[in-house]
Amino acid sequence: MNAPLPVDVEATLALLAAQDYVAERRLATAVFLALKLGRPLFLEGEAGVGKTEVAKVLAQGLARPLIRLQCYEGLDAAAAVYEWNYPRQMIEIRLAEAAGGATREAMAQDIFAPRFLLKRPLLEAIDPAGGVAPVLLIDELDRTDEPFEAYLLEVLSDFQVSIPELGVVRAKTPPIVVITSNRTREIHDAIKRRCLYHWVDYPDAARELAIVRRKCPRAPERLAREVVAFTQRLRSMDLFKAPGVAETLDWAEALVALDRIALDPAAVHDTLGVLLKYQDDIGALSPEVAARIVAEAQAGAAAGA
Amino acid sequence: MTLPATAPALLPRGYLAENVLHFVRLLRAAGLPVGPAKVIDALAAVEAVGVAHREDFRAALGAVLVCRQDHLAIFEQAFDLFWKNPRLLERMVASQLPPVLGRLAEEDDPPPPSRLAEALLPRRPPPADDEQEIDLDAAHTFSAREVLQTKDFATMTTDELAQVKAMLARLRLPIAELPQRRTRVARAGPRVDLRTTLRRMTGASRDLAPLAYRARVRRPPPLVVLCDISGSMDRYARMLLHFLHAITNDRHRVHTLVFGTRLTNVTRHLAHRDVDVALGRVAAAVDDWAGGTRIGACLADFNRRWSRRLLGQNAVVLLITDGLDADGGEGLAFEIERLAKSCARLVWLNPLLRYAGFEARPAGIRAILPFVDEFLPVHNVASLRDLAAAFDTTRRRRRR
Repeated sequence: MNAPLPVDVEATLALLAAQDYVAERRLATAVFLALKLGRPLFLEGEAGVGKTEVAKVLAQGLARPLIRLQCYEGLDAAAAVYEWNYPRQMIEIRLAEAAGGATREAMAQDIFAPRFLLKRPLLEAIDPAGGVAPVLLIDELDRTDEPFEAYLLEVLSDFQVSIPELGVVRAKTPPIVVITSNRTREIHDAIKRRCLYHWVDYPDAARELAIVRRKCPRAPERLAREVVAFTQRLRSMDLFKAPGVAETLDWAEALVALDRIALDPAAVHDTLGVLLKYQDDIGALSPEVAARIVAEAQAGAAAGA
Repeated sequence: MTLPATAPALLPRGYLAENVLHFVRLLRAAGLPVGPAKVIDALAAVEAVGVAHREDFRAALGAVLVCRQDHLAIFEQAFDLFWKNPRLLERMVASQLPPVLGRLAEEDDPPPPSRLAEALLPRRPPPADDEQEIDLDAAHTFSAREVLQTKDFATMTTDELAQVKAMLARLRLPIAELPQRRTRVARAGPRVDLRTTLRRMTGASRDLAPLAYRARVRRPPPLVVLCDISGSMDRYARMLLHFLHAITNDRHRVHTLVFGTRLTNVTRHLAHRDVDVALGRVAAAVDDWAGGTRIGACLADFNRRWSRRLLGQNAVVLLITDGLDADGGEGLAFEIERLAKSCARLVWLNPLLRYAGFEARPAGIRAILPFVDEFLPVHNVASLRDLAAAFDTTRRRRRR
């Protein structure tokens, strides 16, 4: 049986922390409310700030299966909700014909039976095979188009899916829904209204350091501090795409792999591609600028220690 | 798991529910889209979290009442204001009450969150504008709160203006539809729709089952309009605003941004069906009318903040500017190249192009020209019609 839901914000924080997710209290409150009120949680924020991770951590912490629906342009019901298994239906028809005797009506009844139904993520979440209400992660909703949003609205308000040939499938226990968006476009307000909204921001230095310590324990303390100080400074620069927490962790791992125990301008220059993903941004960070930020970061990290 | 219908009654403290209600009303007045149902949600959230921790209380209300990142700041202001000291709010409201005429100009320091304070009260135009507004209305000119005073159009008769308006209102941009990844049932198409075919087979009384097909859905790509409203574009601005209103409301997925010295997204302001109301809202939202132009800086701003959000799915960009740049085209080539590379098609509409002897001499024009797919004039209604015709072709010329 799945683990009980947390009883208050503190318990939610502890639940997330137990899975190595260092959440700010505000996010924990939103998660707690989503669980308590049975509402979908809508997480919006820049890429790499740990939105998807929330769903994964929740699934693990609550011992529930995670069902992920990755959105893309043109996502339709056949890929998101259900589809009939046509080849099997055809074979069934052929077999029935060969055996003879089957009437048309009986056949029609037969080939639209549940055993010919292929469940896609949304239907699987509403009618899970294991009977345990899962965590449903609808990832990067901004990538899909408006028609799918409209459909999703219907599913999220009633947690039911209607299949013309079978009837309405209702969720016995609603799944825990987490929706993420990178905000490459605005999601319609109608969806957001049904959800609890949380803007996932870049973490502050203290929290980011805690994250690096947890997620990249092999990084020496000094390196971790300097890496965090450096990325924090980068974020205040006018970059096309500021590095997310995911990039910070990748970078720390990369530097550890290169056997560094502290930042130095040469190492920064060689590994900048881990942190910045746009050529303009890498170009803006000339060796002199990088050296200056390294010096600042080291001074800042030393002062903080 | 469902919300208790009687949430307010479950709350222990008598005044909390009422205060939450007032708080929601304050947010609504400040422009956040919070309906009555949100009050119940907010109460349920507060009940779940409790009022022991101020920050939890704040987060709970925020999770329910905010649904856009841009609203967060307003929410934070309102929260601090409302839940810290209700007296402060009263004072602020009092200070914002309609003053005796002429007093407003003397008021040097309105209370800090003035945006919120303004939202608490019915919109009242700056006193200086009042007389002008009446004048313009009487003359049946375009919009009540036009900031632009163009000489050319001022010489037009009311009838002529009305005609131009009517023409622009009917103008459509038939941008070629593009195949989408989504498909629909069709009589003929590249793929067989097995589902529909099977369903037809069960119903049909014949022995032969007609195959159903699926074809790609076609729809016009998103359109992003970047319109220059600086001083040099002044004489075309009115006509262009009507044009923008017509194309913004023509169909979905049109985004309109105007720029002079800075960039403003006016899509939502233009969305009102009534053109005068819409243009009034735009006039209120934009404060760099008829000033200088910093094309490079504004495009840089667009590339950073908007391009990833608006230029997906083969978007077409209409850039309306005369290319006369106060910054002398500084940084413009770089930004226009980035813009051209981020969209499927970049169309430049330039009112200067109507002059027979037009030469690409100013630095701004020379910087933009190499990167546009189409370069068209836009100075009168006829040219706007030609523009529609230019879009009506299915050809998709690519530079390079």
